Amino acid sequence: MIERKVIQKSFEPGWKEKIYYPEVIRGLSITGWHFVRNMWSHILRYVFFIKSVKPGFVTIQYPEERRPLSPVARLRHRLMLRADGTIKCVACMMCETICPCNCIHIVAAESENPGVEKYAIEWDLDLLRCCFCGYCVEACPEDAIRMDFADLDLAGWSRGGMVLNRATLLADGALSVKFKAQKELQEVVMR
Amino acid sequence: MVLDIVIILVKIWFVLVLALTMAAALMWAERKQSAVMQDRIGANRANIFGFKALGFVNIMADAVKMIVKEDWIPPKANKTLHTIAPIAAFFPVLLVFAVIPFGDTLRIGAKEIPLQILNINMGILFLFAFASLSVYGIILAGWSSNNKFSMLGGIRGCSQMISYELIVGLALIGLFMVFGTLKLDSIVRQQNELLFGFIPKWGIMVQPLGFLLFLPAALAETKRVPFDLPEGESEIIGFNTEYSSMKFGMFFMGEFMEVTLIAALLTTLFFGGYNIPYLYQQGFVFPVGGEIPLPHLVVVILQFCSFMCKLLFFCWFQQLVRWTLPRFRYDQLMNLSWKQLLPLTLLNILLTGLVLTLVG
Repeated sequence: MIERKVIQKSFEPGWKEKIYYPEVIRGLSITGWHFVRNMWSHILRYVFFIKSVKPGFVTIQYPEERRPLSPVARLRHRLMLRADGTIKCVACMMCETICPCNCIHIVAAESENPGVEKYAIEWDLDLLRCCFCGYCVEACPEDAIRMDFADLDLAGWSRGGMVLNRATLLADGALSVKFKAQKELQEVVMR
Repeated sequence: MVLDIVIILVKIWFVLVLALTMAAALMWAERKQSAVMQDRIGANRANIFGFKALGFVNIMADAVKMIVKEDWIPPKANKTLHTIAPIAAFFPVLLVFAVIPFGDTLRIGAKEIPLQILNINMGILFLFAFASLSVYGIILAGWSSNNKFSMLGGIRGCSQMISYELIVGLALIGLFMVFGTLKLDSIVRQQNELLFGFIPKWGIMVQPLGFLLFLPAALAETKRVPFDLPEGESEIIGFNTEYSSMKFGMFFMGEFMEVTLIAALLTTLFFGGYNIPYLYQQGFVFPVGGEIPLPHLVVVILQFCSFMCKLLFFCWFQQLVRWTLPRFRYDQLMNLSWKQLLPLTLLNILLTGLVLTLVG
C-alpha cells in the first residue's frame, strides 16, 4: 500500500499575522538575540581576549583556513603507479566508455612488460567537462585512477589549461603534501 | 554680529559632518551588523598594508570606486534631468537636518546658543515639505533614464512615498494636538515634563498608537528593505539602474542619511529628544525625593550624549528591521497604507481629541 504524504496546506494568515506587529516583534527578537549573543562573544574574545568563549560566527576564512574534507569526498583525479614505477593504467578504456561527460581521452600503446598488454601513453582529462561523478573510479579494474587529490582551487587561465595530461595527473600526487593537513591522504607518495 | 554668524556656521558644519559621517558609518554598520546578526564576520578583506580597521577600509574602497568610476549617461536619456535627479534625492534630506534640535540652549557667559540651526514656528512642516521633495529625485531618475524598468521603479517609488507621506503626516497630528505646537524645540522641551508626577511625558507615552503608526510609515519613507520596492535590487529592477559612479553614490548616501533622519525624528518626537528623564537645568530632581545638582555645561553635554545615544539606537534598530523582514508585495504595501494605516491614523486623531476634551 502506498503511503500518502501529508500535503501542507497553503498558509492562512491569522489575526496575529494580519496586524503584523506580534510576528514582526517575534522575528526581531530572534535576530536581535543573535546580535546580542554574537556581539557579547566578539567583545569577550577581541576586547578582553578571553579566547575560550564560543566564537560569534561560523565563517571559515577559506583560503587561509580550510574545513576538514570528508573521507569520502570526490576530489580531483590522479593516476596511480605500480611499485616498479610504471603506470597502473592498462588502457582498457573502461573509464573512457563509462564517462558521461566524455572528458577522458586515452591513447594506448603496447607495453614491454609481458604481464601487461597495453598501457596509456596519453591520458587527458578535461576538467571543464568533468562532472565529478566518480564513475571512472568505479569502473577501473586496476585501481589506476583515484579521486582524492585535495586541490579545491580548480582554476585555469584558459580552456586548454584545464585539460590535464598524463604527466600532471601522475605527478600531482607529490604536490598533495601541501594539503596533507586537511585530507588525511594515506598515500601522499604515489605508490 | 560676526560671532553670531560664526556660531551658525559652526552649527551647520557640525550637522553636515554628522549627517555625512553617519551615512558612511551606516554603510559600515550595514555590513558588520548584518554579519553579527547572521553569525557571519562581514567585510574584512580590503586592507591598507594589512590594516583592516574592522572593515572600515572597505568603505574607503567603496568611496574610491564610486569617485573614479565612469559616469555613464545612457544614450537618448534626458541628460539634464538625469544629472539633476540624484541631487534632488540627496539635497532635501540634508536640508531637513536643520530643524532637528540636538541639544538644549547652551549658555556661555551672556551668550545663549540654541543647539539647533533653524528654530522656526513651522519646524515639522518644513521637514515634511523638504522630505517629500525627495520623491522628485526618484521619479526623475526613473523617467530620465530611458529605461522602462527604471521608469516602473520610479513610478512604484513615487506612489509608495506619496502613500506613506500621508500616513507620516496624519500619524503625527495626534502628537501636535497633545503638545499644541509645531515647533520642534518646544515639543522637545514639553517632553521633559512629568505625567502623574513620575512618568516622563515622552511622545510614546502620550501617543502610543501614533508611534506604532508612524514607525512603519517612516520606515517606508526610507525605501529600505521591508519597503524597498522602488529599488528592488535583486529581482524587480529599480529606479537607479542606469546610474553609475557618484551619481549612484548620492542615491546610496541619501538613503543612509534618511535612516539617520528617521532616527533623529523618532528621537525628537517620541523619545524625548535630548532629554534624560528627571534631568533639568539645575541637575537631576527625582520624584521620590533627592536631587543631584550639576553645572550647566555638564547638563548640556549629558543631554547631547543622550540625543546621540538615542539616534544611534534607532539607526541600529532600523538596520535590525532591514536585516530581519522580507519585502512586502506591492499590493500588500498599498493595502497596508490605505486600508490599514490610514483608518487607524484617523481613529488615533479622534481618540486623541476625545481624551483631550475629557481630560483637559
